[in-house]
Amino acid sequence: MDVRSQIAMVFHLDKCIGCHTCSVACKNIWTDRKGAEYMWWNNVETKPGTGYPTKWENQDIYKGGWVKKGKSIELRGAGKKIGMTNLFHNPNMPEMNDYYEPWAYDYDHLFEAPEGKDQPTARTISLVTGKPMDVKGGPNWDDDLSGTPDYARNDVNFKNISAEEQEAMFQLEKMTFSYLPRMCNHCLNPACVAACPSGAVYKRGEDGVVLINQEKCRGWRMCVTACPYKKTYYNWSSGKSEKCLLCFPRLESGQAPACMHSCVGRIRYLGVLLYDADKIKEIASASENELIDKQLEIYLNPFDANVIKEAKENGIGDSTIDAAQKSPIYKFVKEWKLALPLHAEFRTMSSLFYVPPMLPVMGNKSGELYDTTTKNLWGKIEDSRLPIQYLANLFSAGNQDKIKEILKKMMAVRYHRRQVTVNDIDEAIINEAFDKTGLSKEVADDIFRLTSLAKFDERFVIPAAHREEAIEMLQSTDDHKGNAGFGFNNGVRRVF
Amino acid sequence: MLEQFLYVGLPYAALFMFLIGSIIRVKNFGYTVTSHSSQFFETRLLYWGSRFFHIGIISVLAGHLIGFIAPSFVIKMTTIPLGLTIIESAAFSFAVLALIGITILMYRRIVTSRLYSVTTGVDIFVYLIIVIQIVIGMLVAYYNRWGSAWYASSLVPYLKSLFIFMPDTKVIVTMPLLIKIHTVSAFLFLAFVPFSRLIHFLVYPVSYFFRNYILVIWNRDMKAMRFSQNMREGKKPRNN
Repeated sequence: MDVRSQIAMVFHLDKCIGCHTCSVACKNIWTDRKGAEYMWWNNVETKPGTGYPTKWENQDIYKGGWVKKGKSIELRGAGKKIGMTNLFHNPNMPEMNDYYEPWAYDYDHLFEAPEGKDQPTARTISLVTGKPMDVKGGPNWDDDLSGTPDYARNDVNFKNISAEEQEAMFQLEKMTFSYLPRMCNHCLNPACVAACPSGAVYKRGEDGVVLINQEKCRGWRMCVTACPYKKTYYNWSSGKSEKCLLCFPRLESGQAPACMHSCVGRIRYLGVLLYDADKIKEIASASENELIDKQLEIYLNPFDANVIKEAKENGIGDSTIDAAQKSPIYKFVKEWKLALPLHAEFRTMSSLFYVPPMLPVMGNKSGELYDTTTKNLWGKIEDSRLPIQYLANLFSAGNQDKIKEILKKMMAVRYHRRQVTVNDIDEAIINEAFDKTGLSKEVADDIFRLTSLAKFDERFVIPAAHREEAIEMLQSTDDHKGNAGFGFNNGVRRVF
Repeated sequence: MLEQFLYVGLPYAALFMFLIGSIIRVKNFGYTVTSHSSQFFETRLLYWGSRFFHIGIISVLAGHLIGFIAPSFVIKMTTIPLGLTIIESAAFSFAVLALIGITILMYRRIVTSRLYSVTTGVDIFVYLIIVIQIVIGMLVAYYNRWGSAWYASSLVPYLKSLFIFMPDTKVIVTMPLLIKIHTVSAFLFLAFVPFSRLIHFLVYPVSYFFRNYILVIWNRDMKAMRFSQNMREGKKPRNN
C-alpha cells in the first residue's frame, strides 16, 4: 500500500444555478493576460450542449484520454508512438475556432469619435489581431439551450437514447437542461502528464495538484490533445501550455480556490482523499462497467488504523490525515456514494465528482397536465423528463442503475426532510425509501446538512499546508532567501 | 586576412555562440524556450507545410552529418554509379521537399491574418536565412556536381580541421564562390540559433522515450526526509 493524499472536489449539480461566477473569479485571477484571453480554466456548460471547446467530449475528433488495449491502457491520440510522430503537426489539436476568438470593445471611439449624425458605437476588436471583427461565438453561447439546432442537438452524449427520446428533449413542453461546471479534474491517472514529451506537466506529490512547469514546457501541445476534458490550453502568445492550478497559492495558505470561494450556489466542496497509488494502473485498465466501483475502491478509509500508519510512513502530515477524516468529499463519494466522476470512460480517474442533478427530472408533461406530483416515488424517477440514460452517459459510463441509485437516495432525503418540516408524508413511504436506498434517518440528516446548511469550513476542509513548508514546495528556502515575488525568483532591485 | 576571418575566426565565433548561447538560454531562460507553434491559429496549411519542411530539412541535415561523420563510407558509395545516383537524387529531392514546405509556411504566414500577431521580425529573418540556405545549397548541388563526393573528400577535412583546433583553410579558399557562401552562412545560421525559435530543435524530447508516463514530483519529500541524513537534499527539483 502506497498511501498518498489527493485534494478532491465535489460539485453538487442540484444546486448549480449556472451564474458563471466561478468562471469570472478564475478569469480575473489567472487568465486575464495576453494569449490567455480565450482560456476558461473554469467554465460552466449547459447540458445538453456542445460545450467549450465545441464537442470536447467527442474523442473521435480530439483523441483525448486513455483507451483500453489488451490488459493495459494507452493514450488515444498522444504518447511515445502517436504523439511523437505527430510532433511537426498535431492533427487532433483543437484550434482557436473550436474555442472562440476573444474580443474587447473599442470604447475609446465613444469618446473620440468626431461629431456626426449618428451615435458612435463601440465596435468589437479582436484580442488576437487587434482589428475589428465579427463575433461568431463565445465560450458559453449554448447557455440555457440557446441556439439549440446548432448546439444542443449536436451534443455527443445521446448514445443509446432513442430518436423519439432525443426529439422529446427539444420539444418546448418537454425541454430540460442542467448546468455542468467544469475545471481541471486533477486526475489520479492524468493523460496530460503522460503525454508531455518535455516532462513539464507533473502531479504534485504532496496534494496531487497537476501543474505545468512553465520553465520546462516546450510548447509541443501534446497535453492539449491528451486531456479528454480539454482543460489544458495553449497560450498562443508565450508558446506554452497552461492549465488550472487549483489556486495552489491559496490552498497552501488555507483558502479555498477562487472558483469555489466565490460560488454563489455553494455547490462546491473540497477536501482530502487518501488513496492507494499502487492500484492506479490496475484500476485505470478495468473494464468499462467496473470503472466507477473500482475507482471508489482506491480511496482509503482515513479512520482505519492501518491506513493512518501507512500514511504516516509515507510522510503524510497529521494535519492532512485530520483533514481526510473531516473531508466532505469522502462522505459524498465513498460513504454516501452520491457523487460520480464525469466521463469515467476516459480512464483518467478524475478527482472531481458530481452529484447528478435531480431538479429537472421531477416535472413531466402527461397528456394536457404538467405533472409534478411526488406521490409515486420511484415511478417519477424512472419516467423522468430527462432520459436517465443521458445522465448515465455523462456520469456513469452509460450505467443507468448508478444514476437511479443516487437519485433515489436524494429523493429519500427530500422525503425525510419534508416529513421533518411539514409532516405530510406517510411514514410507510419514508421507511420504504430508506429500506430501498439503505439510508437511515441519521445519514439522511447528515446528507441534508452537508448539502444545504454546510458552512464554509465544512465545505472546504483544507489541510494546513504549513505556510513555512509551503514555500519549500516552490523552492529551497536557502535559494529563496532575499528574493521576492511569486513564480520566478527575481531579486528586488531598482531599475531606475 | 579576410580569408582567415571568414574560414577560421567566424566559424569559431559562431560555434562558440551556438554552444554557449544555447546552454545559457535553455538553462537560465527556460520560459523563452519553445517552438512557438502557431497551429492554434491555422492548421490545414501547416499540415503540409510543417511536415514537408521538417522531413525535408532533417533529412538534408542528416545527409550532411553522415558525410561529416563517415566520409570514407560516403566516398565509397559515390564511386559506385548507382550509389551516387541514389545519394544525389535523394538529397536533392529532400531539399526540394524542404523548399516546398517552407514556401507553404511562408504563404500561410502571409494569408492568415491571425498569424501576424505572433510573427516577429526575428521569425521573418529565420524564414529568409533558411530559404537562402536551401536555395544556395540546391544551386551548389546543380552547378558543382557531384556534391556528395567532393563534400566528403574535400570539405569535410576542412570542417574536421576546425573541430580538432588545427584549422586548415587550404581547400576551402579554392572552392567556388557558391560553396563558400553556403559554408559561411551555415556557420552564421548556427550562431543565430540561440537567439531565435530555432532553439527548439535542441530541446527535442529524447528523455520522453525513457521515462514512465506518469510523473509525480515531491517538492518536499517527507518520506525521504524522515532520516536526518536526508534532511538536505542535494538537488531540489526546479518546479518554477
